[in-house]
Amino acid sequence: MSTSSVIISDEQAPVGNGPILAVKGLGVEFNVDNEWVMAAEDVSYEIHPGEILAIVGESGSGKSMSSMALLGLLPRNGRSSGSAKMLGKELIGASQSTLRRVRGNDIAMIFQEPMTALNPVLTVGEQIREAVEQHTELSPAQAKKRAIELLRMVEIPEAERRYDSFPHQFSGGQRQRAMIAIALANDPMLLIADEPTTALDVTVQAEVLDLMRKLNKRLNSAVLLITHDMGVVADLADHVVVMERGRIVEAAPTAQLFAAPAEAYTKQLLGAVPHLGSKVGGVLSDVEVVDGHASIHEEYAEAALRAQATHTASGVVPALELTDVDIEYPGRFRQPAFKAVSGVSLTINPGEVLGLVGESGSGKSTIARAVTGLIKTSGGKVRIGGTDITDLSARQLLPLRKKFAIVFQDPAASLNPRLSIGESIGEPLLLHEKPGRAELDKRVAALLEDVQLPVAFRNRYPHELSGGQRQRVGIARALSLRPDLLVADEPTSALDVSVQAKVLELLQDLQRERGFACLFVSHDLAVVELLASHIAVLNKGILVEQGSTEQILKYPRDPYTRRLLAAAPVPDPAHQALRREQRSALIAAGAVD
Amino acid sequence: MTRNDSPRDDSRASVELSEMTLQSQDTDIATATPTREQTDRIRTTEAKSQGRLIRERFFRHKGALAGIALLALIFLLAFTSIGFAGIPGWWNKDYDVLADRFNEGRPTLTLWPFSLGEHPFGQDVLGRDYFALTMRGTQTSLIIAFIVGLVAMVIGTTVGAIAGYFRGWTEAFLMRITDVVITIPTVVIAAAVAGIVAKHGIIPFALFLGAVTWTGLARLVRGEFLSLREKEFVESAKSVGASSARIIFRHILPNTVGVIIVSTTLAISSAILLETALSYLGLGVTAPDTSLGKAINDNRSALTVRPWLFLWPGAFIIGIALAVNFIGDGLRDAFDPKQTRVKQ
Repeated sequence: MSTSSVIISDEQAPVGNGPILAVKGLGVEFNVDNEWVMAAEDVSYEIHPGEILAIVGESGSGKSMSSMALLGLLPRNGRSSGSAKMLGKELIGASQSTLRRVRGNDIAMIFQEPMTALNPVLTVGEQIREAVEQHTELSPAQAKKRAIELLRMVEIPEAERRYDSFPHQFSGGQRQRAMIAIALANDPMLLIADEPTTALDVTVQAEVLDLMRKLNKRLNSAVLLITHDMGVVADLADHVVVMERGRIVEAAPTAQLFAAPAEAYTKQLLGAVPHLGSKVGGVLSDVEVVDGHASIHEEYAEAALRAQATHTASGVVPALELTDVDIEYPGRFRQPAFKAVSGVSLTINPGEVLGLVGESGSGKSTIARAVTGLIKTSGGKVRIGGTDITDLSARQLLPLRKKFAIVFQDPAASLNPRLSIGESIGEPLLLHEKPGRAELDKRVAALLEDVQLPVAFRNRYPHELSGGQRQRVGIARALSLRPDLLVADEPTSALDVSVQAKVLELLQDLQRERGFACLFVSHDLAVVELLASHIAVLNKGILVEQGSTEQILKYPRDPYTRRLLAAAPVPDPAHQALRREQRSALIAAGAVD
Repeated sequence: MTRNDSPRDDSRASVELSEMTLQSQDTDIATATPTREQTDRIRTTEAKSQGRLIRERFFRHKGALAGIALLALIFLLAFTSIGFAGIPGWWNKDYDVLADRFNEGRPTLTLWPFSLGEHPFGQDVLGRDYFALTMRGTQTSLIIAFIVGLVAMVIGTTVGAIAGYFRGWTEAFLMRITDVVITIPTVVIAAAVAGIVAKHGIIPFALFLGAVTWTGLARLVRGEFLSLREKEFVESAKSVGASSARIIFRHILPNTVGVIIVSTTLAISSAILLETALSYLGLGVTAPDTSLGKAINDNRSALTVRPWLFLWPGAFIIGIALAVNFIGDGLRDAFDPKQTRVKQ
């Protein structure tokens, strides 16, 4: 670490206490069909050295576009107005050559998707070195040395060796670290981070956020953080600017904003964020240990056994039962088969909601697809309503398909763009019940009403709907055959928080009303807590822990579950600071593998 | 007055109410504000069939309508003037009758005052009526072009769809066949089958051309299928138990209509040119029968002396190709629900 402090010179640190960036009355407009449409209006804020300012808003709020305008990176049909002064230098309306000098030198950017932002045919080291060489007069050898120092600074292990690695050899978190290294190559005074952790898993996100906090303190540069995630804001930011529909709604220090939001929109936004531990009352509680035994765990185990016994006694057939399920993706050209899921067993009783939680690559979506018969299992049994579906032919499976349905993650991709909403919803009905035209129209209308969409939407096409409306259509389609089991594969992760809150509410209401069992797959523990009565945690294809929601959230036993719970940011700065300490204690205690 | 007005106000209020519910569903500003057209559509709550929507969109496309009108005009002119398959037309001369040349064979067509005269398009070097000849050529070219387009579309789409959807050995087998067809030069096969063609007329000739020109379409359709079969809406159809045929025809194929139509219209245009080339080599349409391409080729040395021998068939080739491309454009837009508001 000592080496890195040498290369960070203080020459560029701003003199005096003036703001690094002062934005005043910034406006962004787009020319759509010869009409200027406002994307942002009258945006004003200041960022001081060493400060982290977060701009928060939902999609369409203009948070990204107002920041792109600073660097002159608007799309061709955009224009900006107002003023943005970087250390007294005006950026709005500046010439391309001036802006080019500013970009990368004074202001650097980190993007959301580290895989696409890095060039796949160049090594990571070369890309960092290139960024160094662009703006300095260092010799190639010196630039390489500097690049390795930067890699070390962003805490990439074995920096010398990893210098020659290609982006695909890095993990998602490491790629984002490499992006940060590129951004820091020339000691920028301002770092614009556009959703820097949105594409990352929670545990990785926590590490990247830690790194950003550390670097910000050490380099004394300012960070403009653009995000939709209130948890990330609470974790990192000093000041918050809330934007809605292109305008600033509220600007306040983080603690003040979370403690006492002044505007209705801010309150609504904060209210919509699911708060981990709000239902069960806290997470990661201390466990009382008596004689080397945690009594609470035994209580839960007993309760689970009792519940199972009553179910068996009353002859309840589980809606879904997995026994030692293995799923493999076949290998190709001498590559060995990839085992995505191994030995997973779980049970969902009728009317129960089980949350299946895991990070990307844990195999949770694979299980969802196996349950709905989309991929074959290579071992074990999948029973739906008591019938084993693993060895059934397509023809034998057909009548069973009425009993389960799936809601997909991406509402844009899960609806056929060439079919109207009504046709999409009616498709399962047509296949299974073959109703007459009038009957079909009536059923579709009823389903649209159930998901609180106007009946007239049946003539619309998916592209005419917003994300939340599309997901409602996806739910209506899934419920059209009144299934006993609904598989929801991350149904809200592509949606804005306030939309997510409404869709989750709808899902809860429908579940209560119709009483179907639900396998709810998600990476977001807070969302799962809202819906699920039971939680199963999946890590690298293996089920590490399962139990009631309260048990898993409050008294987790598995180290992976604990790590996952500790990493999820909470939209409350004071609480989040506490959790951060908890997390570092966890890491220090060696509970993290 | 006021009493009469009130019910209308009520209905307007209810429309606004339904819009309000629309807006309060989500806070997504991009789509929550309905345009006037959307508001119109909100009023109609009965389900519309896919076919009706496509027809509505097609007939709103001005270019396509102009294309349809032009093509219909050419069709009518070509088939009613000199007649077809033994049915006599309204034009009194045959394309294969030699006559004395009148005024060096110049066109007698005058627009003002309008009169057709004896030989509106003039006469060729042998004294044949060039109007009748051009009409005969148009008939032949239209028949060939459309049969080729149809055959290429059917074979290309089927091969591409099956290969792209089923993957595995099916794909390997079909695509290797496609490769083989691509590698064999069209002229070589044409030379080999020329005898059969000469004996049986233009329809087998057109079928043959179609059977060697579907490869490009097959590759394009396969590519589209490869990406579409991975989409979640296809998985969704699979999860409710839709059969492979239903997934191919109802869920994937409509999404590839744009590609299919564009390349079919291109195939139709290029079929006219391919027929020209083969006829020139003596492998296609043979005298005394004619096609537009053959007419141009026969008279290619007459460009400076008797330009009308060149211009009339040329104008018809351009007219047909343009009309077909405009119609294709309109069809592609009509099948694409996203295009509704752009083209009026």
